[in-house]
Amino acid sequence: MKKRIIITVCAILAVAVILGLLQALVVPKYTSNAEGLLTGEYYAEAEGHDVIFVGDCEVYESFIPAVLWEKYGISSYVRGNAQQLTWQSYYILEDTFRYETPKAVVFNVLALKYGEPQKEEYNRMTVDGMKWSPSKIGAISSSMTEEESFIDYVFPLLRFHSRITALEADDFKYIFSSKKVTHSGYLMQKGIDPMVGDAPTDGREELDYTLPETSMEYLEKMRELCAENGTELILVKSPTNSWAYWWHDEWDEQVREYAEEKGLAYYNFIPETEAIGIDYSTDTYDKGVHLNVYGAEKMTDYFGRILAENHGLAELSHSEETTSAWQERLDAYYKDRNS
Amino acid sequence: MEKLIRILTELHPDVDFATAQDLIDDGVLDSLDIVSLVSQIDSEFDVTIPAEEIVPENFNSAKALFDLITRLDEE
Amino acid sequence: MQFTSYSFIAFLAILFAAYFLSPKRWQWVTLLVGSYVFYAFAGLDCLVFILFTTLSSYVISRLMESALKRENDYVAANRDAMSKEERKAYRARAKKKRFHILLWGLVLNFGILAVLKYTGFAVYNINSVVSLFGGKGFSIPSLLLPMGISFYTFQTMGYLIDVYRAKVTPERNIAKLALFVSFFPQLVQGPISRFGDLGAQLTAPHKFNGKTFTFGLQRILWGYFKKLVIADRVLTAMTTMLDDPAGYDGAYVLLLIIVYSIQIYADFTGGIDITIGIAEAMGIKLTENFDHPFSSKSTKEYWRRWHITMGSWFRDYIFMPISVTRPMMKLNKAMAGKFGRVAASKTVAYIASGVTWFVTGLWHGAAWNFIVWGMLNCLVIIVSEALEPAYKKFHDRFPKLTASAVYGKFMSVRTFLLMGVIRSLDCYGDVGLTFRLWGSMLTFKGFGAIVTGGIFDLGLTAADWLIVLCGIAVVYFVSRASARASVRERLYDRPIMSAALCGLMFIAIIMLGAYGFGYDASGFIYGDRF
Repeated sequence: MKKRIIITVCAILAVAVILGLLQALVVPKYTSNAEGLLTGEYYAEAEGHDVIFVGDCEVYESFIPAVLWEKYGISSYVRGNAQQLTWQSYYILEDTFRYETPKAVVFNVLALKYGEPQKEEYNRMTVDGMKWSPSKIGAISSSMTEEESFIDYVFPLLRFHSRITALEADDFKYIFSSKKVTHSGYLMQKGIDPMVGDAPTDGREELDYTLPETSMEYLEKMRELCAENGTELILVKSPTNSWAYWWHDEWDEQVREYAEEKGLAYYNFIPETEAIGIDYSTDTYDKGVHLNVYGAEKMTDYFGRILAENHGLAELSHSEETTSAWQERLDAYYKDRNS
Repeated sequence: MEKLIRILTELHPDVDFATAQDLIDDGVLDSLDIVSLVSQIDSEFDVTIPAEEIVPENFNSAKALFDLITRLDEE
Repeated sequence: MQFTSYSFIAFLAILFAAYFLSPKRWQWVTLLVGSYVFYAFAGLDCLVFILFTTLSSYVISRLMESALKRENDYVAANRDAMSKEERKAYRARAKKKRFHILLWGLVLNFGILAVLKYTGFAVYNINSVVSLFGGKGFSIPSLLLPMGISFYTFQTMGYLIDVYRAKVTPERNIAKLALFVSFFPQLVQGPISRFGDLGAQLTAPHKFNGKTFTFGLQRILWGYFKKLVIADRVLTAMTTMLDDPAGYDGAYVLLLIIVYSIQIYADFTGGIDITIGIAEAMGIKLTENFDHPFSSKSTKEYWRRWHITMGSWFRDYIFMPISVTRPMMKLNKAMAGKFGRVAASKTVAYIASGVTWFVTGLWHGAAWNFIVWGMLNCLVIIVSEALEPAYKKFHDRFPKLTASAVYGKFMSVRTFLLMGVIRSLDCYGDVGLTFRLWGSMLTFKGFGAIVTGGIFDLGLTAADWLIVLCGIAVVYFVSRASARASVRERLYDRPIMSAALCGLMFIAIIMLGAYGFGYDASGFIYGDRF
């Protein structure tokens, strides 16, 4: 009997190890679509930031921490993901506060328009990279679409097992590590695909312009979280405004009201496109939906001044370690940009 | 008993019913055979075998079947 | 809660723990609570129906019990005063009275089933007739079909009939009867158990036994392997073909027949493996429902090996009673005079078969295709029965050929295909369409397309087909090995080998199973329909 128990325990352990290895093998490596690696890269440099950006694609394609450091000496990180929903931004922020307390948090408001989980794929790309913590559990529970199960996040193998028949060389290459894809959360896009014609002046017809309750609720939770930690919350809307993701005036109005009521700064950069110097014939890589690196540099420069002048983030002092780390990151950034 | 063996042999001439056991379990008699048997027993012995007595134990051998007929006649 | 859902696995883990941690005398209560929790997941309104069946069966069985007791007491008291004929007459009268009580139970419960399951079908047919005369017809009501109602109704009515036949002592404790009616593993898709086999087992205490528990888990694992690796994977190919049945005619019909045979085998026997495994883990032995059905050499044999508990239910409670009814006996006698005894009793058996298969078809589903399916099965059985003498002659003429292994294989393949063809009525649904497609099969149209890559356009990649084929190979060899002796029993004496194989099986299910996000969660075929 004793022998049987020992054999059983050994067998269970062996199966667990094998499944663990197989899991490492089959989870997506996101080598062709880097958007799945953004969340996870934060933990390698999770300290000493003055500013944390949270939000959807509009943060990680508009704000470049390396440039912000170079021009204004502000140490920052972008914690954004493709279609990162408001509650995901909240939980990612909560997660961030477990490691550090930034002076300011910048939230891009576009995602407020989504009141419900949208797509499993995006959920996974945002959440899978988080380290296990109550924040991750919260992020998962609030983000799952109806067809998803929590256990699929605990054991991604259950979700991705069918990739066993579609493995690629990269799955083996990056089995225990992953490719580094961002510059402190900024995902560089160097292509140029100009916007065709003038910027659209009107959006799609929508029946109800009230921002969903759920997202406003999480915005409020974000505000409270920042207030508790003595961090300033700044709201921004990136300058891009395309047919795909139109920012309606009605939404703008609601965010503005909210900001005023709570005493927060809110910058809508859409009307300031010219002042920023963005030229949609050269500064976008996808017909005006997102900025490319040239547009993002202009945007970062413009916003850096605001941070420095209006939010007391000028002439900050940093430790030697931080300074040298940023020097390296800056080199890497320009190496990548000019290659 | 002889009468019963004769009826059985008519159904399956190649089986020695005097000695055969496990007629049901071995698949010698199937449900069609049983229906034939029941109706022939009804006319030959004037004993009606009710559906609830149609179980393998009662049909597995000629002897078991004969005992059933006797029992039903007595009851 | 489907067997293949994560929540079911969690439910099972909790239930097993609760079952073995309960005090022995309360174990059955744990099981009852578990069964009702499981059932409640299907919808609270379903509970009303299963409670009604339980309650009505309890009352009816107790009434029959006391009637039988009065009858026996009377006969015992007056044994000497009555002649044999008087006694027989009294017994007959008393039995008739008990039969009337039984009839109430049957009418009430089958009535509910009939209304819920067949109203739509009846209205549909009435409408067809009405429209012949230019009428507008009625709207088809959409009624709730409680989970497992076909299975638990048949199982419980079997119990009532057994009580009437004095084969089992009725259960005095209604809660214990409730457990027999609702025992969760078999609720969705059977097997249909007999009270005499299961009743006492369910309520008896069961000490944890490492061996039976392991065997149960192994059986469950095996069931999931068949279900997830094979059945759910090939399902995609089936749905692709069934989305456009007319477009996939000719050789594709044959392909569908083969794929569906594999699918339903893996799905249904896999589901039953899980059911029996769950019971076995708790020390409860359920009746086997399959015995290597695809090895059958004839339709008759096939139906002794496939869905055994359903077949035997229909045999014991429909076919046999019909065969021995007074009118049948009279018919038999009348015909015996003219055509001989053998022909007469065969006629009786054929009529009874016809009725039984009609009901069997109807039980499978409220639609014409199921009725045609039942009648075709009946036809094949009767024709082969009628041709028996011819076969026999053939066998006597070529004893060497007919005794050879090749001929045996030929007969198995023939039966497999014949049953597959008839079974395809399930998938196509429409009877006329099915017949046309069977016709087109003979043209072999599309055969070239299938072998030159068409098979990979059905939603399954080459890798998917390879997994399916490997899965089938595993099932085939295990099934052959188990025909000789229990595989688990043989492995039990080699614990390392056993642990390694179970581990491999588990890994195979996790890695190669068609489950989770991205796959449509698909219920067991038999569970879906009932």
